[in-house]
Amino acid sequence: MNLGTLPLVDQAVLVLAAMALFSAFALLAQSRLLAAIHVFAWQGFLVAAVAALTGAASRDPHLYLSAAITLGLKVLLIPWMLHRLLRRLSLERQADPLAYPALTLLAAAAIVVFADWVAAPVAQFEHSATRNVIAISLAIVLLGLLMMVVRRQALAQVLGFMAMENGLFLAAVASTHGMPLVVELGVAFDVLVAMVLFGVFFLQIKDSIDSLDVDRLSQLSASIERDEITEQRP
Amino acid sequence: MIWLLLAVFTPLAGTLLLALIPRARMAGLANLALSALSLAGSLGLALRVLHRGSLHGHGFLVDPFNVYLVVLTAFVGLTTAVFSRPYMEHVHLAEKRVSPAGMRLYHSMYQGFLFTMLLALTTNNLGILWVAVEGATLATVLLVSLYRTPAAIEAAWKYFILCGVGIAQALFGTVALYFAAQHVLPPGANGLDWSTLYAIAPQLEPRVMVVAFAFLLVGYGTKVGLVPLHSWLPDAHSEGPTPMSAVLSGLLLNVALYAVIRMKMLTDAALAASRTPALAGHLLMGFGLLTFLTAVVSLHRRHDIKRLFSYSSIEHMGLMTFGFGVGGPLATFAALLHMLVHALTKSSIFVTVGHATHIARTQRIERIRGLIRTQPAVGWGLLLGVVAIAGFPPFGIFASEFLLLSATMASWPWLAPMLVLGLVIAFAGLFRNIQPMVFGTPPVDQQAVRANMLPVMLHLALVLSLGIVIPAVLSNWLGAATMLITGAALR
Repeated sequence: MNLGTLPLVDQAVLVLAAMALFSAFALLAQSRLLAAIHVFAWQGFLVAAVAALTGAASRDPHLYLSAAITLGLKVLLIPWMLHRLLRRLSLERQADPLAYPALTLLAAAAIVVFADWVAAPVAQFEHSATRNVIAISLAIVLLGLLMMVVRRQALAQVLGFMAMENGLFLAAVASTHGMPLVVELGVAFDVLVAMVLFGVFFLQIKDSIDSLDVDRLSQLSASIERDEITEQRP
Repeated sequence: MIWLLLAVFTPLAGTLLLALIPRARMAGLANLALSALSLAGSLGLALRVLHRGSLHGHGFLVDPFNVYLVVLTAFVGLTTAVFSRPYMEHVHLAEKRVSPAGMRLYHSMYQGFLFTMLLALTTNNLGILWVAVEGATLATVLLVSLYRTPAAIEAAWKYFILCGVGIAQALFGTVALYFAAQHVLPPGANGLDWSTLYAIAPQLEPRVMVVAFAFLLVGYGTKVGLVPLHSWLPDAHSEGPTPMSAVLSGLLLNVALYAVIRMKMLTDAALAASRTPALAGHLLMGFGLLTFLTAVVSLHRRHDIKRLFSYSSIEHMGLMTFGFGVGGPLATFAALLHMLVHALTKSSIFVTVGHATHIARTQRIERIRGLIRTQPAVGWGLLLGVVAIAGFPPFGIFASEFLLLSATMASWPWLAPMLVLGLVIAFAGLFRNIQPMVFGTPPVDQQAVRANMLPVMLHLALVLSLGIVIPAVLSNWLGAATMLITGAALR
């Protein structure tokens, strides 16, 4: 594909999508939680910009609305809520370094190649720009998944979860000019409720194990199955 | 239409209403009344569909495949509400494990869960289906952590994360499906309407559909409890309140499987002319068999009674997935019947288990002993439930498993011995745990509790009668659903 031969809008969309992919890598490697939240907000902004640009190109007013919802939710509201939680749990200075940074980033690169391969069948009836954006959005989804696997901090896992949502939104916008409005509203509502629930959970987890290190949660489960402590039930 | 609205939107009104009722006792009664109203609506809907055929329009679709699941969902919702009222009152007032605010949350989210289930079943829009299934996760996640023990919080976190991730894959699959549809869509049609998609399914691009189905299967499969994505299920079942376990096992797993089968119908039609026409079926068979075999082995060496039965749920979901994967009218009919009888039996078992844990004041299998002597109704209820779930004649599960086995014998004879072996292992695993709980000598200070066994009796009687004779109405419906899914009638 030659970038120069594409229409200007497609070029811009591709560049923005590539930057979103870059931000997914940055999110994966960023060990400081505060900075990670900012990276997440930037990613949301890039995705919203793609939606607005696609809307401008296709003169589709509903895409402007999707872009506005994303801007409000992913760029402003959710980062703000995470910020507040961070302050409330006094984790501003907390860092959560990756256990194997080199290995993780290699896996991330492999994921991008894999996503490109999965998106290959799309190429035959769409021009190549769309195919590339679909590959990128799948890569962002899977990188979010990887982030949830390798990070131990509950808050970092939530960022991975929300980054997956960004990838899904990008896929919907790029491939199909957005899902029907009622579905997008439903998805946005679900994401918002999920974020509120995450907030409740952080406080509960903090109360019960006095840390947000999710590894300590799995130790509990292991002891149930191994049948050691447990049962303080009345 | 009015019946449909009554069935689906009564629980939505209930979600808002019950959040406002401060008295736990009153909320329990209101919960009961709302569930009864929803059941009345779903019965009216069923009669309407029976007399005048499928209902289609305004974004809803009720055909023979989902109408019996709607009735089942509303019915189990009602009987579990009957059980939940005294049970949660006991937890709230006698054990003091739940605060008044917790009770409000519980009742509100119980109705919220029923709403999402009924919406997921009746909607015609695959996007709304996704939103509803995700909504079901959100409604139940706080209920799993209701007791606020570290184990409960951990279980809820795992449930949230695993199902959230899984369901995100399903959304990607839905986007891919929408993308495939956009190129062949008639102008003005909504590309996420299942009925529209079904009409144009043969024209959908096969290779994109394979990708879409893989993502949808992994996504909704997480909620079905397919191995290796099942690990949230035992945790959520064992740590949440028991009425929640009953509706999770009885309803949520079925609805997730329903979503997978709707997608399979589209994929089968799209792939019919390709080189791998049965790819979706083979994927389901593989996942189903793996799930079934893993779960039957896991039934042994359990220490927690609710974990034991949640593994049994995984086992049966694996069996159903396998049945739908085998395809063909007989196996599909068997799997549809199995969805019905498993939901009835498993929710009745969880109700009994709830009473048993109150009697023994623990969920640990080693410390639950001599239920028959302490309280015969609960002991016999548990025993009969396990006899039914293990697939003994004359209960309905025997009928569906027998049909499934004969279908497997006909098309995949070398897989049938694995199924039989699995069923035997499952039987052994259940009975080695159940036998001492029911017949052993009770601890000295064990006392009977106030137990309402009516829901259990009703469920088991239904399962029994389904094992002896399937009423013509139901067999017509299941036959029509089989026709819809496989395109061939049952001989």
